[in-house]
Amino acid sequence: MATATKETGNGNGALKYVGTRPWRPDGVDKVTGRAKFGADISLPGMLVGRVLRSPHAHARIRSIDTSAARALPGVKAIVTRDEMPEVPSQWVPAGEVQVNYRDMSQNVMAREKALYDGHAVAAVAATSAAIARQALDLIEVDYEVLPHVIDVREAMQADAPLLHDDMFTQGVEPAPETPSNVFKKVYFSTGDLEKGFAEADVIVERTFTTKPVHQGYIEPHAVVASAGEDGQCEVWCCTQGQFTVRAYCANLLGIDIGKINVTPSEIGGGFGGKTVVYLEPVALRLSQLAGRPVKIVMSREEVFRASGPTSGGAMTIKMGATRDGRMTAAKAWLAYQAGAFPGSPIQPGCMCVFAPYDIENAEVEGYDVVVNRPKVAAYRAPGAPISEFAAEGVVDELAKKLGIDPAAFRLMNAAKEGTRALYGPKFGPVGCVETLEAARSSEHYRTPLGPNQGRGIATGFWFNIGGESCATINVNEDGTATVIEGNPDIGGSRASIQLQAAEALGIPPERVRPLVADTSSIGYTFLTGGSRVTFATGMAAIEAAGKVVQQLRERAAKIWDIPVDAVEWEDGYARPSGSNAGDFEPMSLAEIAAQAGKTGGPIAATASINAQGAGPGFGTHVCDVEVDRETGRVTILRYTAVQDAGKAVHPSYVEGQIQGGAAQGIGWALNEEYIYDEDGRLENPGFLDYRMPVASDLPMIDAVIVEVPNPNHPYGVRGVGETPIVPPMAAVANAIENATGIRMTDLPMSPPRLLAAMDNGGANGGA
Amino acid sequence: MAKYHVTASVNGEPVEFLCAAEQTLLDVLRDELELTGTKEGCATGDCGACSVTVDGTLVCACLMLGTEAEGREIGTIEGMADGDTLHPLQRQFLEDAALQCGVCTPGFLVAAKALLEENPEPTETEARYWLAGNLCRCTGYDKIIRAVMTTAAELRGE
Repeated sequence: MATATKETGNGNGALKYVGTRPWRPDGVDKVTGRAKFGADISLPGMLVGRVLRSPHAHARIRSIDTSAARALPGVKAIVTRDEMPEVPSQWVPAGEVQVNYRDMSQNVMAREKALYDGHAVAAVAATSAAIARQALDLIEVDYEVLPHVIDVREAMQADAPLLHDDMFTQGVEPAPETPSNVFKKVYFSTGDLEKGFAEADVIVERTFTTKPVHQGYIEPHAVVASAGEDGQCEVWCCTQGQFTVRAYCANLLGIDIGKINVTPSEIGGGFGGKTVVYLEPVALRLSQLAGRPVKIVMSREEVFRASGPTSGGAMTIKMGATRDGRMTAAKAWLAYQAGAFPGSPIQPGCMCVFAPYDIENAEVEGYDVVVNRPKVAAYRAPGAPISEFAAEGVVDELAKKLGIDPAAFRLMNAAKEGTRALYGPKFGPVGCVETLEAARSSEHYRTPLGPNQGRGIATGFWFNIGGESCATINVNEDGTATVIEGNPDIGGSRASIQLQAAEALGIPPERVRPLVADTSSIGYTFLTGGSRVTFATGMAAIEAAGKVVQQLRERAAKIWDIPVDAVEWEDGYARPSGSNAGDFEPMSLAEIAAQAGKTGGPIAATASINAQGAGPGFGTHVCDVEVDRETGRVTILRYTAVQDAGKAVHPSYVEGQIQGGAAQGIGWALNEEYIYDEDGRLENPGFLDYRMPVASDLPMIDAVIVEVPNPNHPYGVRGVGETPIVPPMAAVANAIENATGIRMTDLPMSPPRLLAAMDNGGANGGA
Repeated sequence: MAKYHVTASVNGEPVEFLCAAEQTLLDVLRDELELTGTKEGCATGDCGACSVTVDGTLVCACLMLGTEAEGREIGTIEGMADGDTLHPLQRQFLEDAALQCGVCTPGFLVAAKALLEENPEPTETEARYWLAGNLCRCTGYDKIIRAVMTTAAELRGE
C-alpha cells in the first residue's frame, strides 16, 4: 500500500489532521459487538413480521384468502394489496437514478400481478416467529401463471411476454403505438461517427453480456416500525438514507413526513442496495393495523430473491483508432435489465462508457428493459461497471492490434482537464492520466510473468455526486465538540467527517465526536451513496465549523474588548491578529467554551448546503492471473489498484474502499451470477451457490492513492467509494486474454465457461 | 409447545434459558440472552458472521441447536475484551482499519482468535484458508489478513 501524492498544491500541505489515520470514532463498538445493527433493535411488545412471496416469475393474482391465517391465535395483523394505498405514478430524483412511487409501492406489495420469483404478496405480524410462519402457510393465493421473460434481448422482442401493458417506449420518435418491455431509450452523440471510423486504421467490434450480480452486503434488511394511535410513527432500520426511508414511507402510506421519525441503525453493508425500501412501509402498515411495534428481518434467501441486484447487460461496442494510436470513433449499443419495474442504471452506463477517453466522434444508444426479475437497485457506480467492462475490452484489443502497450495506448487518449465528456460537461482537473502513469510505472507492471499467466490493465470512471447535506456542530462546556450529521456510516464516514471538522476547528479529532442523527434531529440530508458523504457532508461540517469559529472569535473579542476583526483563529486558539490588536495571551477553544454562558450563550452552528462540483473519480487497475488449462479456474496472483482520491481524508479507509471495490469486481468477473431455472425461479439464493470471493480466493490488493485535488472542496476531496468497482472486470478479462489469447466477452468468466471457450479454440460462446 | 430448560456457560458466566426445539444457538444468544454481537448473515453456515466457540471449538452458532448448548462453555464476541482492555486482535483491527461496515467483524475476530490459539504462527495462506468461512464484502480481506498476521507476531512476542 503506497500513497503517491501528486503535489499540485492547493495549500493542503498545511493540513494537520486530514490525511492522518486515527482509530475510527465508532471503532470500539464495532470490535466488541456493542454496535447496534438493524436486526439488533427490539422494543417491548414487539411483534414478528414475515412476508409471503410469489413462487412464480410472472402471474396474475386472482385472489388472496387470508381468513384462515387471521383466525390463527397470535396473528395480529395481515397486509396484502388491499391494505396498501394505491399510489399514482410519480417519478422523483434519487441521486444518480430516478424512482417511481407507484412502482415502489407495487414492488413492496404486489397488486394485479406478481412480477418475479420472490415478489411480496402478503405480510403477517404475529406474537412469535413460529406463528408468523404458520400464518403464511395458511394464506391462499390463487395465481394464474403467465409466460415470463428473463433475458434482456428476448424481452426486447415484439412477441415477448409483456410485464406492463401500459408501457410505451420513451425517447423514440415517432412514439410507439404498441406497448413493450422497453421503458426508454437513451441517446448521446458527438462529432461525426462515419468520418471517425473512416479515419481509423483498425476497428474492433465486439458483443458482450454481463449477469445481474447482488451487492452481497452481509447484513440482511431489517426494520422495527411502531405507529402510535396519534399517527406518530417511529422507524428503526438499516438503511443508507433515513430521509429516503421517511419520504418513501410517507408517500407509499399517505402519512405526513413530519409524523415519521426514522432512526438509522448501524448498517452492515449496502453498496447501493439499501437506498430503497422493501420492508419499511410494510412493517409500518402492519404496526398501524396491530397497534404494536413490528419487526421484520429478511432471510438471506429473501435478500437474494427479492432485493435489488444490479442489471445484467447486453452490449455491442465498436471502436476505431489510427496506426499511431489515436482513438477516432466509438459506438456503443447497451441494453440493461431493470428487473420487474423500469429504472435500470442505463443512463449512467451510457454516460460512463467512454468517459476515460478523449474521443472526437462517439455515439451511445441505451435501452432500459423490464424483465421478470427483482427490480434492480443501485450497486456501487450503478451502470458504469457493466458498460466500461465492455469498452475496456475493446480498448485492449485495439492496443494489441496496433502493437502498442495497453497502458501507453490509454495514456495517448486519456481524458484530462478540458476534455469534454460525451454526456456534456468539460472535465476540470481529473486524475485519469495520473492513475495510468502510476500503474504503468509500478513495479507490478514490469514484473515478468510465468507460463499460463497474464496481465491485464483497465481504467474506470465514475462521475461522483454532491447534493444536499446538513451538519450541526455543538461546542461543549469543556471544549469538546459534537458534529451531528445525517449520513449512515457505511465504511468509515464518521472518521472522515470527524477529521474534517477537527481540521476546520483546529482541535484534535479525539475531541470531536460525530453522531449520525435521526430524521427529526438534523436537517434533510440525502442518502449515503454516489460517493458523496466525505465530499458533501464533509463540506457541510467544514462550513458549520467555520460558523463556530466565527462565534469563537466574537467571544474572544468580547472578552478582550477588541473588534472581532482583530481576532484570528489559528490551530484551535483565538489570537490577537497583530501587535496593534492588543497584547493578549491566546485563548483556547476550551477556555472560550468555558465562558460561553457569560459571553452570549451556547456556541453552536448548523450548515445546510447543496454541494456542487463533486470531482470525477478515475482509477486504473493492474491484475495478474494464472489460468488452469485443465479446469478453467482463474487464480488472481497479484492486484494493484490506483485511484485519484483528490485528498485522502483517512487514507486507511480510502485504501479499504479501493480494496473492497476491487474484490467485489473480481467476484463479478469470475463467479457471481443469478441462475434461473426454466420457470424463472432463482436457483442459487444463498452464499454457498452465489459464490462471492472469500479470503482464500484473493491476494493482497495493493491500493495506491494519487491525489489530484478537487478545486471545489476546501481540502481537495473527491468521492472514492464507487470508482474501484469499475475497472476489475475488464482488468481480469484482459489478463485472461493475455494469458490464453482468448477474449472472454461474457461474465462471469467461471471455470466451465472459460474451459468451454478454451476447448472451442477462442470464441467465447455465450451463456 | 414445551420448551427445554438449558444450563450452560457464556463467556465464563453461568446462564440458564428456556428454548424451543427449533431455536438455534444463534437465536438463543440473540433473542433469549440479548447478546446481539453475534450476527446472522445467512443462517445456513456460509458466512461466519455468527462465529462463536463451543468448548473452545469454532462453530457457526446458526448450525447448532440451543438445546445442544447444555453443559457447554460458549464464547462470543462480548467476552473477547478483558473489561475495558481490548484483545490484541481487536486493537489491531482498529489500528489497521480492518473493518468498514463492521457487521462481519465480530465473526472474524472470534474466528481469528480461534486460529491463533490453534496455530500461533500461521502463514498468510493458512490464515486465508482458516478465515475462508467468514465473508466480508467491504474490505477485500487485505487489511483483515494483515491485522491477523501482525497480531500473531505480537502475541509471539516478535
